[in-house]
Amino acid sequence: MERPLTKNINQAQPLNLKEYEAVGGYAAVRKVIQGMTPQEVQKVVQDSTLKGRGGAGFNTGMKWSFVPMGPDARHPKYLIANADEMEPGTFKDRLLLEGNPHQLIEGMILSAYAIQADISYIFLRWAYRKAAQLLRKCFAEAYEAGYLGKNILGSGWSLEMYLHTGVGRYICGEETALLNALEGKRATPRAKPPFPQVSGLFGKPTIVNNVETFCCIPHILNNGVEWFKGLSKSEDGGTKIYGVSGKVKRPGAWELPMGVTMRELLEEHAGGMLDGYQFRGALPGGASTDFLTADHLDVKMDFKSVAAAGSRLGTGTMVVLDDATCPVGFVHNLQHFFAQESCGWCTPCREGLPWVEKILLRMEQGRGKTGDIELLEMHSKMLGPGNTFCALAPGAVEPLQSALKYFREDFERHIIEGKCPYHSATEAPKRFSKSMVV
Amino acid sequence: MPTIYIDNKPYEVKAGKNLLEACLAQGVDIPYFCWHPSLGSVGACRQCAVKLFKDENDTQGRLVMSCLEGVRDGLRLSVNDKMAKAFREQIIEWLMTNHPHDCPVCDEGGSCHLQDMTVMTGHDYRHYDFKKRTYRNQYLGPLIHHEMNRCIQCYRCVRYYKDYAGGEDLNVFAANNKVYFGREKDGVLESPFSGNLAEVCPTGVFTDKTLKEHYTRKWDLTMAPSVCQHCSVGCNTIAGERYGELRVILNRYNGEVNGYFLCDRGRFGYEFVNDENRVKQPVIRNRTSEAVTEPELTTYLQTAMYNSKLIGIGSPRAAVETNFALQQLVGPGNFYKGISEDEAYLTNKVVRILETGTVHSASLKDIEQSDAVLILGEDIWNTAPMMALAVRQSVKKTAYSHAAEQSKLPIWHDAAIQEFVQEEKGFLANITVAGSPLDGIAAYTAYGAPDNLARLGFAIAHELNTSLPVVSNVDDDLINKAKSIAAVLLKAKKPVIVSGISCYSEGVIEAAFNIAASLNTAERKAAICYALPACNSMGLGMMNAPSFDHAVTRLQREQDMTVVIVENDLYRDISSSVLDTFFSKAANIIVLDSLHNRTTEKANVLIPAATFAEGDGTMVNYEGRAQRFFQVFMPANPFIRESWKWLKEMNLYKTQGSNGHNQPPEELLEKLESTSHQFEGISKVTPPHDFTIHGERIPREPHRYSGRTAMLANLNVSEPKPMQDNDSPLSFTMEGFKGIQPSIAIPFFWSPGWNSVQSVTKYQEEPGGHLRGGDPGVKLFHDRQGSEPSFFKGMPESFAERPEKWLVLPQYHVLGSGELSIYTKALEELTPSPSVSLSQQDANRLNVQNGDMLQVNADAKKYLLAVTINKNLCNGVVLVSAGLGEVEGMSWGSWVKVSRCE
Repeated sequence: MERPLTKNINQAQPLNLKEYEAVGGYAAVRKVIQGMTPQEVQKVVQDSTLKGRGGAGFNTGMKWSFVPMGPDARHPKYLIANADEMEPGTFKDRLLLEGNPHQLIEGMILSAYAIQADISYIFLRWAYRKAAQLLRKCFAEAYEAGYLGKNILGSGWSLEMYLHTGVGRYICGEETALLNALEGKRATPRAKPPFPQVSGLFGKPTIVNNVETFCCIPHILNNGVEWFKGLSKSEDGGTKIYGVSGKVKRPGAWELPMGVTMRELLEEHAGGMLDGYQFRGALPGGASTDFLTADHLDVKMDFKSVAAAGSRLGTGTMVVLDDATCPVGFVHNLQHFFAQESCGWCTPCREGLPWVEKILLRMEQGRGKTGDIELLEMHSKMLGPGNTFCALAPGAVEPLQSALKYFREDFERHIIEGKCPYHSATEAPKRFSKSMVV
Repeated sequence: MPTIYIDNKPYEVKAGKNLLEACLAQGVDIPYFCWHPSLGSVGACRQCAVKLFKDENDTQGRLVMSCLEGVRDGLRLSVNDKMAKAFREQIIEWLMTNHPHDCPVCDEGGSCHLQDMTVMTGHDYRHYDFKKRTYRNQYLGPLIHHEMNRCIQCYRCVRYYKDYAGGEDLNVFAANNKVYFGREKDGVLESPFSGNLAEVCPTGVFTDKTLKEHYTRKWDLTMAPSVCQHCSVGCNTIAGERYGELRVILNRYNGEVNGYFLCDRGRFGYEFVNDENRVKQPVIRNRTSEAVTEPELTTYLQTAMYNSKLIGIGSPRAAVETNFALQQLVGPGNFYKGISEDEAYLTNKVVRILETGTVHSASLKDIEQSDAVLILGEDIWNTAPMMALAVRQSVKKTAYSHAAEQSKLPIWHDAAIQEFVQEEKGFLANITVAGSPLDGIAAYTAYGAPDNLARLGFAIAHELNTSLPVVSNVDDDLINKAKSIAAVLLKAKKPVIVSGISCYSEGVIEAAFNIAASLNTAERKAAICYALPACNSMGLGMMNAPSFDHAVTRLQREQDMTVVIVENDLYRDISSSVLDTFFSKAANIIVLDSLHNRTTEKANVLIPAATFAEGDGTMVNYEGRAQRFFQVFMPANPFIRESWKWLKEMNLYKTQGSNGHNQPPEELLEKLESTSHQFEGISKVTPPHDFTIHGERIPREPHRYSGRTAMLANLNVSEPKPMQDNDSPLSFTMEGFKGIQPSIAIPFFWSPGWNSVQSVTKYQEEPGGHLRGGDPGVKLFHDRQGSEPSFFKGMPESFAERPEKWLVLPQYHVLGSGELSIYTKALEELTPSPSVSLSQQDANRLNVQNGDMLQVNADAKKYLLAVTINKNLCNGVVLVSAGLGEVEGMSWGSWVKVSRCE
């Protein structure tokens, strides 16, 4: 089985430019810049059926095709790598950033060429300090070798690349909030339309893609569309870095063909549940996706199949719920995160999520009231897509609404028994912050 | 016009609008918070959700925010859809989770948009039973009170303060449900437009602190349509009274003038009406008992008027009626404008230019909608603040229109357009003596002595129209600047040239006209405006009369003259050396004014005059728009009457006539029209005093007014008869016409379910548009399309410094320079101390630094003033704070001696 993305990963000592070139690195840059038009690159990527790995799963080449091209297009155009990975349970980009930073840089150069961008940024989560260090070193090497800077490889085309480290707001992972943050403004999402492809960073045409998406690009251009499609077990081309966390034997991340089943992921790669724990359900694509249960273990982990099962592939990093963990506490933990990370722009998200969090905490502390479940249901309905300004709140209520569906009895028991059935009387769940005291 | 279907009913709506605007314009109520006609749509509050359907077969529909969806033909939406209603109600419930429900103790209670919207959505039961979030409030200065717990995070305050008004010290901090709207730390809000926060905020976070000092519920006020007294712009206001005290000034929407906003001088500068320093009693001085009764005064005036040779001194802050009544009393040959020769000359020049009608006289709306602005020689930020705010909108809107065109985004979509626009700005060339805060948004700035500004102006005019004279002896820099400015102006479709008289230069006024007239073609509609010093400078300037300097020479020539001065503290405009001699030559001095000042001290006879709040009158703003202010309340003190009433009375004594004691004010205006053609149309500024609607007068008090029978019960238990108003169609009661009042006489905005200022929407043709029935005011200058402009051909020589002498010009301060506004304690607190500004090089030459004291010798007076070094100021010119502290009127534009104080 081919693992193009992780083949040259070396977390202890990532490849330097020379070593990266020795394993075929930057060959795609030479090939493309000297022999392909930007439109041809866009076409190849579009045909490869590569879908964005940041969670939304939109065809990458299609996304690029909305960028105005030609002499009338407004410049500078921007290309941005979204490396602000901080959703609970998601850690796949870190592997790529820390294991082979040149792969990302190469992917970005190729993508920037495809849209004729002039300036590129990597928007990096502040806590990824090691990645920041590595990227700075790699930038220097790439500039030195002439892969970045003015007149790249004599093509007349120039690209500058900068590293921007965020300050730790989850909302910056939302591409338009990321743009605002990068401009030095408050990190609140922007209205769409206009889409960033037309009016993005500093009002200019901009592409924002996920780290993993960019890392696929050199391989597609080196090996071709058919090869890339052939890597997959589904209609979405390529491999995918899947992750599993929770009470499993070997939590981790693996590059696998797109479309492996949940069961294969859980049992073969993560080694199954820890002894003494039973599988109850999982968030298949990270913290902002709906629970799937044991009934869904044979669902293929690709965009379409997971959606058909009632959830989303998201980032492909599964969070597992076991039978010894309280689903209410589990969801409360997530809602605490989302409420805290709400940017505060729109009413439903800003006011709704803290309310949800308080109800869940009250239930966990044994003070749940009749009607609380109905209030939670109301919120999961009212915070749905379209009702809020961006996708944060709709994503936040996905685990809640599915937990209410699959584990309703647990919620009811909290209220009826006046305590959390998973906790002994002495072990009260802890509060998260002073402001959240109820 | 596209047709849209609201709950299956067809409506014809205006294209290019969003659904919220379209629905509101049709009288269909949708609740909203973050949207504001002046601020556009951002989709933050999610309150205006409606259901949108694909076509008539679509029964599912989807929820959309009506402020973010454009109108298109055949579009179908539902406001009453069950899910949309439930969602809107839920939004209120969410907002209420942290709102303190302190309406009974909140200044906004009863006139609160949040209350109105809560009732509109039907939210009545709270499920939230956790603790509420609380904040610490900030000290924001003496004008605005801060109460953050009431905040519903609609973001309007920062969008108004930062985006609309250009303020930099109010912001939003933190995130999630802890977002905080305030300053980085406690401190006075810097923007002179901060008072609008009280009206922009949909609830009680930002409230009027001066109102708090003497708080009254807004429905308990007796209110009248009024006009601001504090500069020549003439913003429309609503003035409210209770218990004989003026309590508040609110914005009165006028689509052509001030729109939704006021400046802080206008909003807060009302307290002079309530001041202890009011003239309350007629006084005849140099007698044993100086205070006189009405019969005593009458007897005195009868003799004085009949026997004396009278001259009258008018005033730029007195109403048209008052100046005219004085002219009638003393006779046309004996009436003098109460302003200096220079000011009269320059004002006259402006009047002559605008009278020709060759270039359109720009309203604030014209400025806002212009696509290029050139300011020549006037610091409008300080002399006409709302004009500066309008210029800011032009700069912003031009960029917005450009972006909308390029991106095909709707112009109302503020959230989207703003990102597209980024730093792009419309064109403003700000050419001033020493810079202004508008420089920050200007594409071009230039500074210099007035003569040099005029020369730059003439150079621009020459670039636009080569038949105009070439500016001689100039450097390439000036020519290049003129060329590039001219090039941009030529590309504009609606350029506006803004100037004024405060740099005391004829050349500046003429050059501004030459530029505007050269730009004005069949395809390009240029407009011009000149800021003037006082609220009725234009009305006075339009009268045919000589300046005060002529009165001075008259008195030197003729003995035994009785001088009648109305509402004018001459010491603010004329130097004391001239005035003291003038007064010593007068045989008798009769002064009518509302407040004691240096001029009233000189009076032998002092008669109390009504302020704008206690009387009716008309003023003409910079644009030539005659506007009527209506009496707000009947003062308890019977001596306080409009000056024009006193003067008419005195006229009767003089002519020994007996008729006409109770003539309504419109008769004065009719007489004015018939004697002076330039005032034609002015009598239409108000409906006649006996105007009624279905036989009913327009009440000054809302129907919710409380305490009518009780408020004076400590004095008399029988309910007093309502006061009669013989001068206007308004009544001093809550009874009368209940409905949308005619635009010319709106004492307050109210509509069922809309108790806050947002009810103004119901009075407009469309949100943010003209008032129904037309925006109030009568324009006295008429455009004469195609008439040949008479250009000015002469121009000043380049400015040359003089040894040991400096050209002195006035420095105005937006808060502080006003004669009347300074009575408001809060504004006094914000007034800078008087200073003299000079260039760095001049400071070096005089060996002074910032804060050192300099002596300025002007008009035989010595002033000790603190030094402010202004890096924009050229050598040889000093600016002296006008009207601050001890600074009297001086011969602005003359050469003075400046020396270091040891």
